[in-house]
Amino acid sequence: MTSTLEVRDLQTHFFTRAGVVKAVDGVSFSLQRGKVLGLVGESGSGKSVSGFSIMGLVDEPGRIVGGSIRFQGRELVGLPEPEMRALRGNRIAMIFQDPMMTLNPVLRIDVQMIETVLAHDKVTYAEARARARDALGMVGIPSPDERLKSYPHQFSGGMRQRVAIAIALLHRPDLIVADEPTTALDVTIQGQILAQVQKLATELGTALIWITHDLSVVAGLADDIAVMYAGRVVESGSVDAVLDAPLHPYTHGLIGSVPSRNRRGAPLQQIPGMTPSVINLPPGCAFRARCPRADGACLETPGMAELLPGRSARCFHPHLESVPA
Amino acid sequence: MTVFLLRRLLQAVGVVLAMTLLVFLGVFAVGDPVEILISPEADQLERERAIRELGLDLPLWRQYLVFLGNALQGDLGRSFVFNEPALQLIYQRMPATLELALGATLLALLIGLPLGLYAGLRPNAFGSRAIMAGSILGFSLPTFWVGLMLIMVFAVQLGWLPSTGRGETVTILGMRWSFLTWDGLLHMAMPMFSLSLSRIGLVIRLTRSGVRENMVMDYVKFARAKGLSPNRIVFVHVFRNILIPVVTVMGLELGGTIAFSVVTESVFAWPGMGKLIIDSINVLDRPVIVAYLMLIVLMFIVINLLVDLSYSVLDPRVRLESRE
Repeated sequence: MTSTLEVRDLQTHFFTRAGVVKAVDGVSFSLQRGKVLGLVGESGSGKSVSGFSIMGLVDEPGRIVGGSIRFQGRELVGLPEPEMRALRGNRIAMIFQDPMMTLNPVLRIDVQMIETVLAHDKVTYAEARARARDALGMVGIPSPDERLKSYPHQFSGGMRQRVAIAIALLHRPDLIVADEPTTALDVTIQGQILAQVQKLATELGTALIWITHDLSVVAGLADDIAVMYAGRVVESGSVDAVLDAPLHPYTHGLIGSVPSRNRRGAPLQQIPGMTPSVINLPPGCAFRARCPRADGACLETPGMAELLPGRSARCFHPHLESVPA
Repeated sequence: MTVFLLRRLLQAVGVVLAMTLLVFLGVFAVGDPVEILISPEADQLERERAIRELGLDLPLWRQYLVFLGNALQGDLGRSFVFNEPALQLIYQRMPATLELALGATLLALLIGLPLGLYAGLRPNAFGSRAIMAGSILGFSLPTFWVGLMLIMVFAVQLGWLPSTGRGETVTILGMRWSFLTWDGLLHMAMPMFSLSLSRIGLVIRLTRSGVRENMVMDYVKFARAKGLSPNRIVFVHVFRNILIPVVTVMGLELGGTIAFSVVTESVFAWPGMGKLIIDSINVLDRPVIVAYLMLIVLMFIVINLLVDLSYSVLDPRVRLESRE
């Protein structure tokens, strides 16, 4: 069976005056039908750019310079724009981070939903409207018929994100790229939306890429996880295995930084230093300056290696000792 | 809504009162109309009779109160020069100015919006750079010079367009309009274009910066992620958003275009209000000046009101709703 999505050695670079920004520099992961992949990393680690690369929405001066993105066996890198547009919003949908900014403020919700239906399916206006209404109902918006006539500013942030999710679901896509969709929301709303998305994705068999910096979100939602650092995936595997016993020192530090895992009263743990700038990144392991285990070997760039069955990491000194036998 | 309109009305009354007071003081400070109006050969008796007839024998504050009293009854006084009601003089010339100003504004939108859209969508194309350079010329070239050059080229050298007057007119609702006849349109062409040139530049720059700002917004990226065609994104999603500042600025400019079409009207001998007010200031014809300025102030207030109302149509976030 072909995977829903197969990303191999993706490289997306931005050609700026200050130099080449290698925002994504060798990212690989795959995703099966109906599964959820958590793409985790700090700001600037390249996780959002990876998402936009899959959508074919990398803005100038950025460009995909290498690698392959196969969606249901079809190569997306280099696909002509009209064909890519036919997939976008139809087979592959995206949910954005800030629900206050993603809906057009001067157009009514029904206009913004119906145009999405009509962009891909030849149906009547009334049919498109009915589908828009059903989608709103599906994401838990009360009295969807009335709400269709509202403008975005008449909704709260959480409700707007539900509308955006409803738009993403209009064509029952095979893949949804969700770029930190709950980061801007209250924790209670965040929980509701997570539960809703999980339920819908299971029901519709939609594969999800959930981009986030929040490990607790990934823990509850994802099947697999890929941890990104400075434009590369540094560790991947099933969520439970990785969170229980991280192999890469960065993942180790990331999990150690979650406040609830620290002992009460003890100073909070942190990873020293900050993410390196991805402009003209020197060769070698990008994490070595912050890594307690780094030595001379780390001046070489480590490759992604399968260290345990189904688990890979990009490190010369992985935390293999903490893995339960 | 009603409260909003009422408050606007009260503000308007205040502005008009302040303005008339300023004009009375201003004209008084500039000079004595008697010196200009009455022939130097007139003897003392004739002089005094004329002064009394014009009401200029009273102290200034009494003159002002008399004016206010008459104004409340809809009488803004008679012109010192023409001995006709000031309002009537202005009304006769208003259509000429109105059609010129409205035509210029329309032309600015018709030319400026497409050019600005193009320049905003392709900021690095050669055409866009040319448009932007042209727009700078558009609002930095002095109107009178542009007018003279137009006359030189199209009237004198090529002989294609008439350079003065309004041409043939059609009377509708007791007002004479040029834009309804071909001859009238030919006469309008040059003054209209020269008046709209700086507005074209303004619309181009507003539209371009609006497009540039909006194209990088998340809602555009989201619209692209929905798989919409580029045309729909530009002409439905982005266009609605750019119209908000363009309508605001052009609406406010319209008042200015009407009030300050003086230069263009003088260059093309266009018999509008602008020429009337310049002539009236020259002879200190106070009733005409006051009546004209009152009309302009009212026009500004009405235009601002219309802009506010159209704003609420374009931008749902400022809708003046009574519920909620």
